[in-house]
Amino acid sequence: MSTIAQASVPPARASGARARLQNWLPRLVLAPSFAAILVFVYGFILFTVYLSFTDSTILPRYGLVGWANYERLWRLPNWWIALENLAIFGALYIGICVVIGLFLAILLDQKIRGEGVLRPIYLYPMALSFIVTGTAWKWFLDPGIGLEQVMHHWGWTSFHFTWIKDTEMAIYCVVIAAVWQSSGFVMAMFLAGLRGIDNEILRAAQIDGASTFQIYRRIVIPQLRPAFLSAFVVLAHLAIKSYDLVVALTNAGPGRATELPATFMYSYTFARNSMGVGAASAVIMLMMIASVIVPYVYAEIRGGGNER
Amino acid sequence: MAFLEIVDLEKSFGNVRVLKGINLEVEEGDFLVLVGPSGCGKSTLLNTIAGLEPISGGEIRINGRVVNDLAPAKRDIAMVFQSYALYPNMTVAGNIAFGMEMRGIPKAERDRKVAEVAKMLQIDHLLDRRPSRLSGGQRQRVAMGRALVRDPQVFLFDEPLSNLDAKLRVEMRTEIKRLHSSMGTTIVYVTHDQVEAMTLATKIAVLKDGVLQQFGTPDEVYNDPANIFVADFMGSPAMNLIPARVDAGAAEPMLVLDRGSEEPLRLPLNGAAPKLANAVGGDIFFGIRPEALTDPDSADRTASHVAHGECTIEVVEPTGSDTFAITRLGGKPVVARLRADARVRAGEPMRLAFNLDKTVFFDAKTEQRIA
Amino acid sequence: MSAEAGTTGARQSRLSRALLYALLIVFAVYYLLPLFVMLVNSVKPLSEIRGGNMLALPHEFTTAPWKSAWNEAQIGVSATGLAPYFINSILMVVPAVAISLIVGALNGYVLTKWRFPGANVVFSLLLLSCFIPFQIVLIPMARILGIIGLAGSISGLVLVHVVYGIGFTTLFFRNYYEAFPTELIRAAQIDGAGFWRIFTRILLPSSGPIVVVTIIWQFTNIWNDFLFGASFSGFDSMPMTVALNNLVSSSTGVKEYNVHFAGAIIAALPTLVVYIVSGRYFVRGLMAGAVKG
Repeated sequence: MSTIAQASVPPARASGARARLQNWLPRLVLAPSFAAILVFVYGFILFTVYLSFTDSTILPRYGLVGWANYERLWRLPNWWIALENLAIFGALYIGICVVIGLFLAILLDQKIRGEGVLRPIYLYPMALSFIVTGTAWKWFLDPGIGLEQVMHHWGWTSFHFTWIKDTEMAIYCVVIAAVWQSSGFVMAMFLAGLRGIDNEILRAAQIDGASTFQIYRRIVIPQLRPAFLSAFVVLAHLAIKSYDLVVALTNAGPGRATELPATFMYSYTFARNSMGVGAASAVIMLMMIASVIVPYVYAEIRGGGNER
Repeated sequence: MAFLEIVDLEKSFGNVRVLKGINLEVEEGDFLVLVGPSGCGKSTLLNTIAGLEPISGGEIRINGRVVNDLAPAKRDIAMVFQSYALYPNMTVAGNIAFGMEMRGIPKAERDRKVAEVAKMLQIDHLLDRRPSRLSGGQRQRVAMGRALVRDPQVFLFDEPLSNLDAKLRVEMRTEIKRLHSSMGTTIVYVTHDQVEAMTLATKIAVLKDGVLQQFGTPDEVYNDPANIFVADFMGSPAMNLIPARVDAGAAEPMLVLDRGSEEPLRLPLNGAAPKLANAVGGDIFFGIRPEALTDPDSADRTASHVAHGECTIEVVEPTGSDTFAITRLGGKPVVARLRADARVRAGEPMRLAFNLDKTVFFDAKTEQRIA
Repeated sequence: MSAEAGTTGARQSRLSRALLYALLIVFAVYYLLPLFVMLVNSVKPLSEIRGGNMLALPHEFTTAPWKSAWNEAQIGVSATGLAPYFINSILMVVPAVAISLIVGALNGYVLTKWRFPGANVVFSLLLLSCFIPFQIVLIPMARILGIIGLAGSISGLVLVHVVYGIGFTTLFFRNYYEAFPTELIRAAQIDGAGFWRIFTRILLPSSGPIVVVTIIWQFTNIWNDFLFGASFSGFDSMPMTVALNNLVSSSTGVKEYNVHFAGAIIAALPTLVVYIVSGRYFVRGLMAGAVKG
């Protein structure tokens, strides 16, 4: 009858100091968080944006230099490498995770005995730190002791797998490790979506004579649109922020071959004493994430509003 | 001075006016039912009486005291919610006693009162259970117990029976009525079910779009509806509302009902004629309840005026106790209530009796009652 | 869904059913492989790794790499092993989780049950703060921590994790309490309970699942964090992840792979244990954090 937004408004005009305190209490409770977020998130964002227009080097300085940092940023080969890597990494990471995730979810949805064992196995990497993941894959992909060596021991002596040492191919090693960590999670998202589909629709499709394959292609997968969208947003967000994994796996090398915007920002700000450029790269990263997240959050909030 | 007074009550959510100047007065011991379709503002009205929602204007008085600015707990009211709103983490006894605990009543007295109320509602064997382990009817009783134990000046019920199945609903309805007559407390009760309203109320307030349509006893609301909305809303099956004309006629004004391809049906107006003098030649709605439109043998023998007319029956619906026959008058389906064993067949004409004592007339434009 | 697939499945040939299980097992092997590699090689002597097959079981079983990783290995300049940093991580995680949990619960309570004009704006700002790339706050945060004297300290890390965690904890509790019947709050109001008593007596006792989800989410995220640890900790306050990375990527001396693997498992152990013990809640947290805005 009443809208949720209004449902819980307490009596507004209670009298007396105690009652007034009661009325202000909710705001007082929320105030510290609000202040913290205003300062530590939005204030800091503004500060970093400001720094990106200054001549800051090893420490923040406040001489304005206009767009000079951005101009320098876009002339730096390393930044272009970082962007190119992000494009390769992001596209493959999202693409492969979605394919594996959907594939596994559909397989698991075939009334599998032992689903309760398999599902946690697919998902546990998500509980690990990227540093741990990076360490494991770093040595497993290492030609000296890892996979290549294993193959040689098993008699395939001509096997070569030196991607992690190869400036052209090292970024694909990052993709391998990252997919390993996240694809189980994408599987869980799709599985939740599959389990949420109305049984009667599927029964109707069966009666209409659709094969299992047709049911998935024509009816089930189109209904997973929200899961696709969520997976894309989460993975894109993770890809743009990726830092730990690269540090642990390749430390952005060999050379700067696996540089990503996050490692670029860190090294220019804290190691190369170009804080202005670092700040500018952080601003670009923020804009990249915002372009993915803001429409999504906006749609979610709007969608939630319509449901009421 | 009435016991519960609501004066020019206004309530807005933002720019939306939900209650538009409500005026109500009930005496101590009255059972007021607020009824109307969903979205009419009846629950909002109840919440403003409870103090759960601040009002935008007007005044609410309970027993002479203005309660506009009082917190819910200070208004001396108790409320039973649609979902029962039992605290899931507390036992039945804990639920009933929580309000007393908040008011600092000693444990011993709390236990005594809980036991007393539990006995009255026959839930004393459930006191140690959690709400999740109760049936719908038991939850309902616990919710009532929580309200009863406070012994408030006014009980507020927000659609308390709507989550029960049909059979249980009837049982609980009777129980609530029994409780009311034995305790004599003032009750305000919200429902969208007009049968509940009729059976329980001593006073009914019909709301639509935040406006009070009619306020009166069940008899008044049923037999003398103030407008087409009330006439249509109260009663099941609903009142027949037939587009009609008033014809000057040879001797006195006559009511003219269109019968499709056949010649229109003309009925005398009798006592209503003077009031309808202004409507001659104009369009009106003629209202007659199914039980006043019968086979000639079932016509009310105490009625002073009964008219008859031939109508073609389109559909016959036997219910066991009665048979409903649907004909078409004024271009609309019209329901007549016949004896269960009435001889009637779909597609055949039948002579129907119109009890003219029980008819009402509405202006087609304003939809207000004219006679 | 699965019922349907099942009836179709019953009609499928045995062969395709076998293929299905084979595929599922191949994937299980793929996911387990790195863990297997770490485990097996953490109990081999170094010579066996360098000359041998990484996937082979150890010929000679040794716990020396674990001991070394725990309290002997060279981290940075001192040979302390990972133990002190493990303690650091615990000292950082426990208060950070506790504070962000309490704050998030209260925020969620206010944002659903005591809404006031502008509450939506506050919530939107909190929500968006969950998604920022932390690179955008690194520079000013380093400055502020220096100014308030928390640079390079565990307290500083706690502050950072609380500040950037409350967005998520608030989101969790807000979504949970949103579904909590408002009628219960109203009933309690009529019963005479105020702001705090409604929270402690009515809401909190029903918040078990979301408290667990939030603790797991915060614990996993903060324990696994590297960026803040690397940026804001000093030598004495390094968390586990940073210490592990130092151990693994130190360029001096012989690469002790077995010690690295043992260290990695030690670093992963707390979150793995949490995952094994309460996987259901872990998944729920991931979903809540990811899917629901």
